[in-house]
Amino acid sequence: MSLLEIKNLTVEFQTASGPFRAVDGVSLKVDEGEVLAIVGESGSGKSVSMLAAMGLLPWTAKVTADVLTFNGRDMQSMSDAERRKIIGREIAMIFQEPIASLNPCFTVGYQIEEVLRIHTDLSRKARRDRAIELFQSVGIPNPEERLGHYPHQMSGGQCQRVMIATALACNPKLLIADEPTTALDVTIQKQILDLLMKLQAEHGMGLIIITHDMGVVAETADRVIVQYKGRQIEQADVLSLFSAPKSVYTKALLSALPENATGGRLPTITEKLTDAEIFAGAVR
Amino acid sequence: MTPVLEAKNLKRDYHIPGSLMKPAKTVHAVKGVSFTVEEGKTLAIVGESGCGKSTLARMVTMIDPITEGEMLIDGRKVDIASEPLTSEMRSKVQIVFQNPYGSLNPRKKIGDILTEPLVINTKVPAGERRDRAMAMLKKVGLEEKHYGRYPHMFSGGQRQRVAIARALMLNPRLLVLDEPVSALDLSVQAQVLNLLADLQDEFRLTYVFISHDLSVVRHIADDVMVMYFGEAVEYGSRDQVFDDPQHSYTKTLFAATPRVDIDAIRARVERRKRVA
Amino acid sequence: MSAVSNTTEAKTGGTPPSGLSEFWFYFSRNKGAVIGLFIFLVILVVAVFAPFVAPHNPSVQNRELLLLPPLFQEGGTWGHILGTDAVGRDILSRLIYGARFSLFIGLVVVTLSVVSGVLIGLVAGYFRGKVDTFIMRIMDIILAFPSLLLALVLVAVLGPGLLNAMIAISLVNQPHFVRLTRAAVMAEKSKDYVVGSKVAGAGTLRLMFLTILPNCLAPLIVQATLAFSSAILDAAALGFLGMGAQPPTPEWGTMLAEAREFIQRAWWVVTFPGLAILITVLAINLMGDGLRDALDPKLKRS
Repeated sequence: MSLLEIKNLTVEFQTASGPFRAVDGVSLKVDEGEVLAIVGESGSGKSVSMLAAMGLLPWTAKVTADVLTFNGRDMQSMSDAERRKIIGREIAMIFQEPIASLNPCFTVGYQIEEVLRIHTDLSRKARRDRAIELFQSVGIPNPEERLGHYPHQMSGGQCQRVMIATALACNPKLLIADEPTTALDVTIQKQILDLLMKLQAEHGMGLIIITHDMGVVAETADRVIVQYKGRQIEQADVLSLFSAPKSVYTKALLSALPENATGGRLPTITEKLTDAEIFAGAVR
Repeated sequence: MTPVLEAKNLKRDYHIPGSLMKPAKTVHAVKGVSFTVEEGKTLAIVGESGCGKSTLARMVTMIDPITEGEMLIDGRKVDIASEPLTSEMRSKVQIVFQNPYGSLNPRKKIGDILTEPLVINTKVPAGERRDRAMAMLKKVGLEEKHYGRYPHMFSGGQRQRVAIARALMLNPRLLVLDEPVSALDLSVQAQVLNLLADLQDEFRLTYVFISHDLSVVRHIADDVMVMYFGEAVEYGSRDQVFDDPQHSYTKTLFAATPRVDIDAIRARVERRKRVA
Repeated sequence: MSAVSNTTEAKTGGTPPSGLSEFWFYFSRNKGAVIGLFIFLVILVVAVFAPFVAPHNPSVQNRELLLLPPLFQEGGTWGHILGTDAVGRDILSRLIYGARFSLFIGLVVVTLSVVSGVLIGLVAGYFRGKVDTFIMRIMDIILAFPSLLLALVLVAVLGPGLLNAMIAISLVNQPHFVRLTRAAVMAEKSKDYVVGSKVAGAGTLRLMFLTILPNCLAPLIVQATLAFSSAILDAAALGFLGMGAQPPTPEWGTMLAEAREFIQRAWWVVTFPGLAILITVLAINLMGDGLRDALDPKLKRS
């Protein structure tokens, strides 16, 4: 049984220019202990599909799916209260802007203990110990002192570590990381990715990384889903995706990487491809 | 031949005025950086946030004055702190910003954005301004019908093309590119990088290319300078820097850059399997 | 995630909605705003065509019909739908003509305070430093007075009358525009397009008026509509206190003041001018809310 299973997920928004289909027929599965990367350019609906699965989209979005189960339980028929219990405890999310994801009015220690208070029955003392333990596990030095700091007193990398610690507070079975390193410098990105991979292996949890960066995919994923304009283009394990991409779109995308450039100019195949050609070349 | 840009021991300090609680202090954003860029070449300045690369860009573009040191453009000394800029010097250096959503005036049509530099700096009549803007639009891969549209009607890549076109309207010698492709999608990034390379060949443009993305730098640069806390810790030709980095920070930076080559991925996947 | 953002730039499928239709899309979502706009347009038309719409001359006194009750009450006639006042003038006609004054006051006050406020705010926000501190402290002082009291003092100094009341209200309103403009200018000034314009050689005046100012207009338009209604309200208050328009001008506040003594005997003389003020101000405020929804990018769902 998969941890998260989604079949034929569709999301529509009402906008000024009429209904807009942000996600169109996305299906995926994540198993325990697996790292899945969802990669796509802006407008590919990669974040929206995950937010929709979590029920975190505003009311203007219309979400439909044939199957949407977490750990065997149907998320669609679930009441809001039940879903809230799962999200945060069994499924955790971290976002792109670590500093904006933390409430600037409270200390980071308060915020992580708040999560523990809501989702566990630990005593005040036990919560504090757990918070310190979590900070240690994500590599924050002097955790006792750091708990009393406000988000603006920490760097972006440190804030992302706090976010990860908060996400891990209840030992989630699944962690969804939405562009976790996009706002960070390269050296910090490396540290955060290494940390995520280490924690993922230790906890044996499922990890979904949403990214636009092929480098992040190459460094983390077991399996990869490529999305374009809300549709799935290709699904493959990481090695075969990079060594033998099947769809025209993935091929074009990989050839546009400056690392793969052979001459003075980069191949820009995507420019010449129409949407129809890209969708026709999709390999499910 | 005189280099297009020559910087000698450039420094820039920021004074942060004190308040009741804390004393005034001076931040040394750039601590004595020297480099030269020859005509038609690209110097890439690499570094992470806070390393002073954007401050350096503002000095080279003559937005901020130089605190200490000397900057020569086409062999002529520039110091905006002591004398006002002539429009001739102004025209020599132009800039393209990182965020294509913030760098175009949202209330102006593309045509007005492109002709504005000509209105300010030259006496070119309106008809010719329009012709030149149209020609430049085509040069950067856009169409004449885009002339009367507003920036919000364009995608990020198209806006970046407009920003490049605007920068080129005054026929500059030097273009400062401040992370011009960091905000763009991969496929669009490739298109814009190609455009920049084409324009460089056509107009013999000189680029100062500021970036944090080493793979892009490796693709486009002739010379590379690595900055760390306001200092240039490494400076040399591209091959020199990439093949034989000297400074420990440069090595850290290279090690941290994700690798997309198949051998690296295979090695990682196997490592993971062994652990599991 | 933007709905219209396109991945591959060569293919821009479907043109995005034009500015006006997008504006109307967001504005029309707010039902209250549409109702407000409708009422406001009705009042505007009535005010403009007052001589054709009003059944009677607003200042002609009919000694035979003093304090005639409105149509729907016993003794009312079709001739005077909303009844007559203490000297026999038709209330409906006076209200219709009064709308001209109210809208005129709103227009003049908003124009005066917007122009001066925007100029001062632009200077403060653009130059910062000592100029900014100086200007803002003066604005703080003006704001520290209760606004009606300050207006009252100014009118007392300048002498009562509609024109002086309008000047006084403009002065009281203007600091809000200064603050708003200054904040918007400060936010816009550091944006890349302004720096880009500077690199292209744009001078100070060009940067201020042609580059920055047009991008600060959205919040100003919203504030201007709200100021419009508060100006009407303030003018009515000054009129009521005898410091604004002088009788027999059919200004709504002045009408209220004249009718004060009949509040027990003839409720309609007081109620209708009050209602006129209430409905106009409410309509404009509702409209302002809609404008805010439509123009403020922060509230807009992308």
